[in-house]
Amino acid sequence: MTEVELTISSQRAEPSPFRLIATLGVAGMISGLALSSVYQITDPIIRANNQRELEEAVLEVVPGAAGMQEVVLTNAEATKTIYAAYDGDDLFLGYAIEGSTNEGFAGQIRLIYGYDPSIKRVVGMKVLESLETPGLGDKIKKEKNPAFAAQFENLAIEPTIVVVKDGKDQDNEIDAITGATISSNAVVDAINTENKSWLQYLPATPPAREERDLTNEEDREAASGEGDDAATDGGGE
Amino acid sequence: MSNHKPADPSQYYAEFVKGIWKENPVFVQVLGMCPMLAVTNSAMNGLAMGCATTFVLVCSSLLVSSLRTFIPKQVRITTYIIIIATFVTMADYILKAAVPDIHKELGAFIQLIVVNCLILGRQEAFASRNTPVRAVCDAAGMAIGFTFALLCLGATREILGSGSIFGFSLFGPNYEPWVIMILPPGGFLMLGMILLFFNWLQQRKLRRRRIAGRGVTT
Repeated sequence: MTEVELTISSQRAEPSPFRLIATLGVAGMISGLALSSVYQITDPIIRANNQRELEEAVLEVVPGAAGMQEVVLTNAEATKTIYAAYDGDDLFLGYAIEGSTNEGFAGQIRLIYGYDPSIKRVVGMKVLESLETPGLGDKIKKEKNPAFAAQFENLAIEPTIVVVKDGKDQDNEIDAITGATISSNAVVDAINTENKSWLQYLPATPPAREERDLTNEEDREAASGEGDDAATDGGGE
Repeated sequence: MSNHKPADPSQYYAEFVKGIWKENPVFVQVLGMCPMLAVTNSAMNGLAMGCATTFVLVCSSLLVSSLRTFIPKQVRITTYIIIIATFVTMADYILKAAVPDIHKELGAFIQLIVVNCLILGRQEAFASRNTPVRAVCDAAGMAIGFTFALLCLGATREILGSGSIFGFSLFGPNYEPWVIMILPPGGFLMLGMILLFFNWLQQRKLRRRRIAGRGVTT
């Protein structure tokens, strides 16, 4: 019964503006507190997920790679972080470079590709994010259509990569996906753009492998086993 | 008001069950159509969306009905929105941390649970007028009904559009997927057909009852 009376009285009497402000203020404060605590807990996990995803992508686009480290490039206008990939013996294999374009058939395409400076060729490509049409444009993804992605495994980049429609016969040509020329073009454009802006700023000699990332167990074991010769041979390509 | 009668377990059961079938939020009330059409291109996405919505709906209903005597009615909608938005953002962070792949597929539609009219509707129509236990029963029933509907649509679209269910191939490599079904138009087509089917079921039931009723009176 008391509950009924309480409900009725609180609804009937006009509450003061102060009461309204206080209600919303308290609600907002509790909400903020709850959200920041959830954020505190989930943020490190989310970061670790993103890092792992990036690392997997880098290791996938540079064949034979087992580890990576960041390299920061600087040109007149901007800086860009790319990733140097190394094999199990810390020998430099190539770079992984992220690219993106808004020229896809359905908005943005983000991808990452491997580049080996010693042979000046693209050695692998992986689409990270795209909204291309299922069954047509999404064949740019390796898991949907391995044939298209395979063309990027040994691809000359000079003078530029060119999309052709009737079978490739040059090393720098990519055969477009039937029915998805726009998506094929977008992928190639993204790579050409990155090549044009950044390849000239690559370090003359590949960076030596610095100290290992000691965050996961496997690396820690490997580092303790190898001792101090880890960072000596890097430029042997 | 009915909520001041002595508690009767069967009453809670009725509140719970009504949302699953008799007052199903999608098939009967036709609420929450935006996520319904947008994320149901596979059974897994439908299920994940359903779980996120369930979390938000049950938590919000519990909180709104517990606080119903403290919230002045002039600012009730604003307060409900704050409560709902808080739970949605929590669900967003948790999904991002626990299942990043699914979170990527659902994208902005997780945040858009805030504007799902089913959730605000249940707060205004039910949770703000009933005891917490009844509100939770109602919310859980509605949420399961919504998840069931998402799963129905997601599964049929995935079977026809990709030839698989929960990612497992059903018809072998020679099946030519009916791609339109996983594109937006397929969502409308399939939803239309499912609504048609449920209306037909309902009408058939009504007709049978009418015939049976006539049999008794004569």
